[in-house]
Amino acid sequence: MSATATNTHDEHHDHPEWLAHHFDTPEQQFEAGKFGIWLFLVTEVLFFSGLFCAYIYFRSHHPEMFKNASFLLDTNMGAINTAVLLLSSFTMATAVRMAQTENQKGLILNLWITLACAFGFLVIKFFEYSHKLHVGLKWGDAWSPTPQALSEFNEKLAAAGQPTVEVMPDLHNFFSVYYCMTGLHGIHVVLGIVAIGWVLARAYRGHFNRYYFTAVDATGLYWHLVDLIWIFLFPLMYLIR
Amino acid sequence: METTIDHTADNAQSDGKNYLNQTSGILSWIFTLDHKRIGVMYLVGVTLSLLLGGLFALLVRLQLWSPDGLLVDNSTYNQFFTLHGAVMVFLFVIPGIPGALGNFVLPLMLGAKDVAFPKINLFSFWLWSFGAIFFIVTLATGGLDTGWTFYTPYSVQSSTAVLSATMGAFILGFSSIFTGLNFIVTTHRMRPKGMGWFQMPLFIWGIYATAIIQVLATPVLGITLLMLFVEKQTGLGIFDAAQGGDPVLFQHFFWFYSHPAVYIMILPAMAVISELMATFSRKIIFGYTLVAYSSIAIALFGFLVWGHHMFTSGQSAWAGLVFSTLTFSISIPSAIKVFNWLSTMYKGSVRLDTPMWYALAFLFMFTIGGLTGMFLGSMGADVHLHDTYFVVSHFHYVMVGSIMFAFFGGVHYWWPKMFGVMYNKFSAKLACALIFIGFNTTFFPQFMLGSRGMPRRYASYLPEFTELHQVSTVGAFILGLGVAVAVIGLIWSLFAGKKAPQNPWGGSTMEWETATPPITFNFNETPVTKPIYDHSGLVYNEATGNWDRVEAPSEA
Ligand SMILES: [Cu+2]
Repeated sequence: MSATATNTHDEHHDHPEWLAHHFDTPEQQFEAGKFGIWLFLVTEVLFFSGLFCAYIYFRSHHPEMFKNASFLLDTNMGAINTAVLLLSSFTMATAVRMAQTENQKGLILNLWITLACAFGFLVIKFFEYSHKLHVGLKWGDAWSPTPQALSEFNEKLAAAGQPTVEVMPDLHNFFSVYYCMTGLHGIHVVLGIVAIGWVLARAYRGHFNRYYFTAVDATGLYWHLVDLIWIFLFPLMYLIR
Repeated sequence: METTIDHTADNAQSDGKNYLNQTSGILSWIFTLDHKRIGVMYLVGVTLSLLLGGLFALLVRLQLWSPDGLLVDNSTYNQFFTLHGAVMVFLFVIPGIPGALGNFVLPLMLGAKDVAFPKINLFSFWLWSFGAIFFIVTLATGGLDTGWTFYTPYSVQSSTAVLSATMGAFILGFSSIFTGLNFIVTTHRMRPKGMGWFQMPLFIWGIYATAIIQVLATPVLGITLLMLFVEKQTGLGIFDAAQGGDPVLFQHFFWFYSHPAVYIMILPAMAVISELMATFSRKIIFGYTLVAYSSIAIALFGFLVWGHHMFTSGQSAWAGLVFSTLTFSISIPSAIKVFNWLSTMYKGSVRLDTPMWYALAFLFMFTIGGLTGMFLGSMGADVHLHDTYFVVSHFHYVMVGSIMFAFFGGVHYWWPKMFGVMYNKFSAKLACALIFIGFNTTFFPQFMLGSRGMPRRYASYLPEFTELHQVSTVGAFILGLGVAVAVIGLIWSLFAGKKAPQNPWGGSTMEWETATPPITFNFNETPVTKPIYDHSGLVYNEATGNWDRVEAPSEA
């Protein structure tokens, strides 16, 4: 019995490079990877859930703040960003398909477009943030709206057919939640850029084939989640009044 | 006729190499992907943390020798007890059994070569080490005096090292998430042929249930600590009543993680005890299926009871009632386990080796810890006992009396497999006895102190409490001595211990079918799955001290 059992180790060098030694079959490796990334996404959802709870809490305690603040957010920029992310989700999904079908050029092209969208999102977000900070629409005890913020607020109110106001209402709780949630989402976009960049580098080196595309798949799933969170944030922050 | 199968020959490499001496040099450990080496590194790390946390515990007890404090001023005392709690909870109790024993044993029990994601496993250990260093940094940068709970608003105002401590806990949390993720996927995808869910050892069930909580609850702690961090840095105001925020919201978030975290701590301990009970009673665990399900039940129920930490925080009486009821219901699966362990011993052939000493002590103290939890779960009694030494004593009976005992029991059980040596049984049992006596001397008086109104965390106390405090302090030093004897005994065995046989205890699970210590790839040939906890094929060999597996069951 012991004589037959000894040569398993030599066979370790026979399997393809992308099959880790501790898996018996490519299917087992694929299934494990897929399960792992889904679990990771669950933890991400729970990570954000704390902030969504905070949102619900503050919205129910200070409904007027959330109503007023939605006038102050730039709905156009938010809508453009939503479109940008939706496009990037589409190209990411296409990239996974390209990896599966071993279309090297298509994979690289789609990853580049996804990457460009991610950067585009951040640029637009940067303009939004810098304008808010410029007119003093800040979080918590840093709240210090300038007269410009008040006049912009009144313009938006007038456009929506609402009565204008003399004094800027105190909205600092809203902006605390706003910066926390969109900020954390922004960090996830940055992490997504890192992940997509890593996959892109591997794609150039031809690491993916029809048997092994787990890294593309996993990055794709992560990226869809990042988009999905924005799909929730956009109406919750910008649209619901 | 009986045929002895020599598995050692199968699974030992002909060149005498094993996972410990396959490669050498410090880098071969730091960059190892071998779950066994990672387990050993965790073992070293958590043991050092245990000793450090214990040192602070002794300082706390020494300070409380006299009503006005024996050693240091009050703010230093605050830092002592905070560091004691934080180091023990985040660096020993939570990662202890899953990190050290889970990593080492889980793949072996599955007949697998490694966990599903070895790189993430290593990354998780690095994160743990890095997070641990953050905690040590709090020592150098002026302590931490918030208690391990970081309650707002004090944690936002405190000028001590709250930032580095929350950052440390945040990083440790991610380490815990990745460990849990790895174990879940490993349990689902790496089981050998023929091992269905109900042929899995109960250790795996326990670790699996733990991993579910780690993955579902820890992210919430992560975001809570992140919000606290940002709040402290920028004046966000989410937890600040003066700004329209709510400090109680922090408590909800905190306990949404930290109550389930109690089960992150105790489930692995229960998992170890199930293995010890089966092996040392030479029987299948009575009510195996129920014990397996009860782990999952505890994991799921654990998410619904966090409000019992907040009976006095101004939550509504209705919320309190619901949380109280749910808290009582969670004692059912815990009791199922205890009764089934007791029934396992009934008519078993019980052997009182060192691990079994720890297991029996566990049963005794977990029962006390669990039952006193019922006092605290009922709202009326809790209003009186909340934030007193009664609470302190209750959770120490669970965290030390149960978890540390299970940890030591498990370490003594798997030590021969890990390092290939037997420890001195006399000193190991002596240590167990010292820890048991010391522990009860320390904490039983604290139940009395608490029910008489001694509040927890206070640096000074009324003179009439002096005697009980002094008894408690004496006990703490006996406990410390016991831990020292245990640790020294184990380390001593590395140099002077007898060579261990492959299966010194007659364990029936797969980790005993590989060489001692195991080869790097665990098994040359995946072992055949046998009926769970079937000890009939194992026969003790007087000459070698090994339990040989014989082909035909011996009763035939
Ligand atoms: Cu609790």
